[in-house]
Amino acid sequence: MEQYEPDRLTPVQVAAVRRSLRSGRAALTRRSLLRASAGGALAAGALGALSGCGIPAAGKTGGGTAAEDHSAKEKEVAFSNWTEYMDVDESGKRHPTLDAFTERTGIRVKYSEDINDNNEFFGKIKPQLAAGQETGRDLIVLTDWLAGRLIRLGWVQKLDPSHLPHAYANLSPQFRTPDWDPGRAYSYPWQGIATVIAYNRKALDGVEVTSLSDLLDDPKLKGRVGLLTEMRDTVGMTLLDMDKDPGRFTDDDYDAAVARLQRAVDKGQIRRFTGNDYTADLSKGDLAACLAWAGDVVQLKADNPDVGFLVPDSGYITSTDNLLVPGKARHKTNAERLIDYFYEPKAAARLAAYINYVCPVDGVKDELAKIDPDAAENPLIIPDQAMRAGSRAFRSLSSAEETAYEGKFAKLTGA
Amino acid sequence: MTTLTEAPPPLTPTAPEPAPPRRRGRLTPYWLLLPGLLWLVVFFALPMIYQASTSVQTGSLEEGYKVTWHVATYWDALTAYWPQFLRSVAYAAAATVLCLLLGYPLAYLIAFRAGRWRNLIMVLVIAPFFTSFLIRTLAWKTILADGGPLVGALNTLHVLDVTNWLGWTAGDRVLATPLAVVCGLTYNFLPFMILPLYTSLERIDGRLHEAAGDLYARPFTTFRKITFPLSMPGVVSGTLLTFIPATGDYVNADLLGSTDTRMAGNVIQTQFLRVLDYPTAAALSFILMAAILVMVTLYIRKSGTEDLV
Repeated sequence: MEQYEPDRLTPVQVAAVRRSLRSGRAALTRRSLLRASAGGALAAGALGALSGCGIPAAGKTGGGTAAEDHSAKEKEVAFSNWTEYMDVDESGKRHPTLDAFTERTGIRVKYSEDINDNNEFFGKIKPQLAAGQETGRDLIVLTDWLAGRLIRLGWVQKLDPSHLPHAYANLSPQFRTPDWDPGRAYSYPWQGIATVIAYNRKALDGVEVTSLSDLLDDPKLKGRVGLLTEMRDTVGMTLLDMDKDPGRFTDDDYDAAVARLQRAVDKGQIRRFTGNDYTADLSKGDLAACLAWAGDVVQLKADNPDVGFLVPDSGYITSTDNLLVPGKARHKTNAERLIDYFYEPKAAARLAAYINYVCPVDGVKDELAKIDPDAAENPLIIPDQAMRAGSRAFRSLSSAEETAYEGKFAKLTGA
Repeated sequence: MTTLTEAPPPLTPTAPEPAPPRRRGRLTPYWLLLPGLLWLVVFFALPMIYQASTSVQTGSLEEGYKVTWHVATYWDALTAYWPQFLRSVAYAAAATVLCLLLGYPLAYLIAFRAGRWRNLIMVLVIAPFFTSFLIRTLAWKTILADGGPLVGALNTLHVLDVTNWLGWTAGDRVLATPLAVVCGLTYNFLPFMILPLYTSLERIDGRLHEAAGDLYARPFTTFRKITFPLSMPGVVSGTLLTFIPATGDYVNADLLGSTDTRMAGNVIQTQFLRVLDYPTAAALSFILMAAILVMVTLYIRKSGTEDLV
């Protein structure tokens, strides 16, 4: 019999250990993996059967949206905004307008740039709002259609007009009566966004562009035209191009606009449907012309003189990003004071000078001229009479319309 | 595997006489399994139930969603989006084949020829992964830019004429075409191919090659009869690790593609976030999972290898 030595294994034993690990029960083999995946599929099937026991559905909040207001005790307000939507100082870390607010009121602003996309952000806050829980945010900024949806779902708090004297007095008439929040009971615009046609002069290479039709039809631009994934902007501009009013259109009008876009897609005219990322493609020249948001174009123009924009004669779509107090927010009064602060011409001018979007506050022009005379004369920031006349808003949609329209638009974009 | 030679023998070595079997440790493996099982239950099983339930619900955001066992959602989703599913599989398969063609020589080089450069090359393979997936994909937009040097060169060499004829590109550009999406997929999943290939190649005993030489096998015959069969576990796990995530990927198609290159992942994302058609999105996810499961099962059956690691 073989003498057992505790510290050493014979090569035969080593081989046996290896074999047992590689092809014994412990080994991950084809068969074991097959067995495991079959087991997994079975388990999944069984669990699927359990799904009858219901999952709480997203719906209206039962207990209302109001929460106890801790504004007096806790001098703070949690403000969630989009990236690059607030002025910053040279260090890039402080926000002078917010600092001035804190200095005056003693309310500390917890500012976070955690909104990147309306749809994503809606997915993020939906579970809490649907369950009637607080989101940890007192003030959020959402584009009008999503703001309208939250109001429709009853997930935001009604604002107290007595806390909003400046906002009430200075809100530009253009933005006073959106059909999704007439009289601004729940929301105030943060900035207005004009959708225009942007182009790269070098990439256009002499091609004349005056309207959306040129983008959709000119064979010289084939594969170098960008449209926006934001359905209301792209379809809205198309409706305008077809002499329809995006504020009052029918299902047939919508279908006609989508069919018009589909023809351009089928021809290979459209390179891509984009979000904000058209900016890189446009300045590189991969896109010769595209639908764009005016605030971006103002900034792009500063970096690249080839970039320009035009407002079609048929008009343009203006949307807004809106300040809202979400359900169960802890510091509603503080949030309202912050809204009101940004409707003081001085603060609004400082903001407008920095972020270059359409300023929704009346009486800002003089203040803005003191900071940046060019900006004060820019119709994309302070709309003049002609610019205001061309502005159109996309009408609000019912829930059913929204699903149907977004579905059709998704088909158009390839998915 | 190499460390196992030093591992203590599985028997209790010090006892001169056979000791009675120890009962205390019998539950230990199960305790050790517990964290993993909990993880699976919380992050896999529960979301699966939730998704399965969602896929058979109907309703709207306002009225809430209720389980109505509306199974037709699956059929509707499949009939509406089968092109995107086919495309997903085709792109993922193309990317997997490209990964294998690119990755095998590199893994072979690292395992047998790199010598003291081995670690450096390994780091070079993995280093791009220290930056985010998004940044890496965006870099390809610069590499493949319309006016860029690469596309210019391809145009001059008339390569794009060939790819246009094959339908992989359109006009004078690579970006926003199927070719760009497959390139992005290949690049992003290449290390998942190289690492398992390297592990299984590195395990091959060098003396087998010598023996093959002694028996007058030509290098190619050695590769065909010795190296490649022994590296099959790496090939199988590498292709799986590449193909499965590539099928569900949507970032590459989103950033590098166009309207006619959207994949199943894009459809799911759009349905879930934009259209808010949660049942369809959930049904699409399940169809994708089932399709991958079937394909992978068939593949493992056909691949004729026992070991996977």
